[in-house]
Amino acid sequence: MTGVLSFTDVAVRFASTETSTGAPPVPPAVDSVSFTINRGEIFGIVGESGSGKSTLANSVMGLLPRSAQVTGSIRVNDREVIGLDDDQLRSMRGDEVSMIFQDASASLDPTWSVGDQIAETIRAHRTISRRGARAKAISLMTEVGIADAASRYSDAPHRLSGGMRQRIMIAAALANNPQLLIADEPTTALDVTIQAQVLALIGELRKNHGTTVLLITHDLGVVAQVCDRVGVMYGGKLLEVAAAEDLFANPQHAYTRALLAASPSGAPRGSRLPVIPAAWNIEDLQRLRQEGTE
Amino acid sequence: MTTIAPPTGGPIVRRPRSKPHTSTRFVITGVAILGVLAVAAIAAPLIAPHGPETVEVSRVLGAPNLQHPFGSDVLGRDVLSRVLYGLRTSLLVSLTAVTVATVIAVPFGLAAGYFGGRVDTAISRTLDMILVLPAMLLAITFIAILGPGSAVAALAIAVIYLPILARVMRSSTLVITRNEYVLGARARGAGHLRVLVHHVAPNALGPVIVQASVLSAFALQLEAGLSFLGLGTQPPTPSLGGMLADGRDVLIQAPWVEIFPGIAIVIAVLSFTLIGEGLRRSFDPRGVAE
Repeated sequence: MTGVLSFTDVAVRFASTETSTGAPPVPPAVDSVSFTINRGEIFGIVGESGSGKSTLANSVMGLLPRSAQVTGSIRVNDREVIGLDDDQLRSMRGDEVSMIFQDASASLDPTWSVGDQIAETIRAHRTISRRGARAKAISLMTEVGIADAASRYSDAPHRLSGGMRQRIMIAAALANNPQLLIADEPTTALDVTIQAQVLALIGELRKNHGTTVLLITHDLGVVAQVCDRVGVMYGGKLLEVAAAEDLFANPQHAYTRALLAASPSGAPRGSRLPVIPAAWNIEDLQRLRQEGTE
Repeated sequence: MTTIAPPTGGPIVRRPRSKPHTSTRFVITGVAILGVLAVAAIAAPLIAPHGPETVEVSRVLGAPNLQHPFGSDVLGRDVLSRVLYGLRTSLLVSLTAVTVATVIAVPFGLAAGYFGGRVDTAISRTLDMILVLPAMLLAITFIAILGPGSAVAALAIAVIYLPILARVMRSSTLVITRNEYVLGARARGAGHLRVLVHHVAPNALGPVIVQASVLSAFALQLEAGLSFLGLGTQPPTPSLGGMLADGRDVLIQAPWVEIFPGIAIVIAVLSFTLIGEGLRRSFDPRGVAE
């Protein structure tokens, strides 16, 4: 089994603008993360806000701000991504690896029609006529479930509903049949029914195209619904990787147990949910990690 | 485009058409006035009753009458004809200046705002060097070097407004660049140039357009000021500012020589200001353009 995406000891640090002497060094946003995603797998990463999941996702695409220092090794199809130049990254993005973002409304340019934005993705990587790209875009829009795609092609993003906009984002992401799709909280901005539809769509596309998916979320329900394997992140560290069923049935790490206990699904109605203490720091984590590996 | 048929049976409730927004009315009024002025200026050779430089000795400082509705000036030239031709010069100089400044400022502002860092420092500090010089002094320096004339006045005005427009473009680019759709476009494989031209520029242009129309009003005043001082458009070519200078000496005996070009300047400036203010209210509600 070959890995489509593999992280080896990846760390991301943001250079602090004021490096005053004596101040403690800024902890890395992502710290010694290693895991491999297999071909055709949907791999979920869960964690609370600020745990480094989005930073990890953006590091694959080379979309981190310039102040970010990425160390370690990120391999996409056995090619090292860290250290690629602008042009190599550009040709990888949207072609080999695609990404969809949390807020589809914000991720589409308001001055361009939705169809043109899909066609743009195709034309950025393939030599194809305007008309050919348009036809391809319309068929993609149909594939992601947009009714009457040809007439929707020239619609501005604001004319579409939130769910439709996320479908457009997915269509654009899949335009060049990427091997890896990174979905950074793709359903957070959507309501529950649309969320289910979008997740079903991602599952279906994986089945039809064999796309590998890295799904970033803070929603354990989403993980349970679509993921094959899950990684749990906290404080920039990857605490635990397990098959989705195992994670819910038999969480290994203390933090994972705390996280699961804090989700409302199992708790009796009306009872207070346990809260994860905010004071956990790196030392606590290391202690927890040791407990977890015991 | 398919339209969804309205549900049949019930009456279609149509909301009464609301009054156009104040900002829209500002723009419409401004464009209407400017349109009339522009047509008059362009058609000056056709509609002017006399030649702008035709001297009629018998009519020196002649009062307005039916043949000369705005009267005649010190040399017996028809003031109405000279106002029409003067408007031509003034509009041409101010619009050329602002257009040239905008065309140059936009790419610089875009690059500074988008790339940041050293690119920004290099562009912004260079433009700041122009900005520290007082506008009039800068214009007069240009004219001292290149000699007076309409073209030099236009160039000087363009150089004065270049840093202002570039700064506005830079700050709106900074805001737009932080939008997620810029990241989205890059994630779909768009290169820097494509992102800049297709995604950042169209969204960031609003405040610059507003600023440019506001500056057009000032450009017209600046051109009139320079011509008034004898540094802009040179006689005998008529210009509104030059006419103000001519009329100053005969203000008591023949006020029409001064008043009519003055009114023309006021109306032209007003139309630009209305357009600028209207556009600002609709394009730039947060006030990026100062």
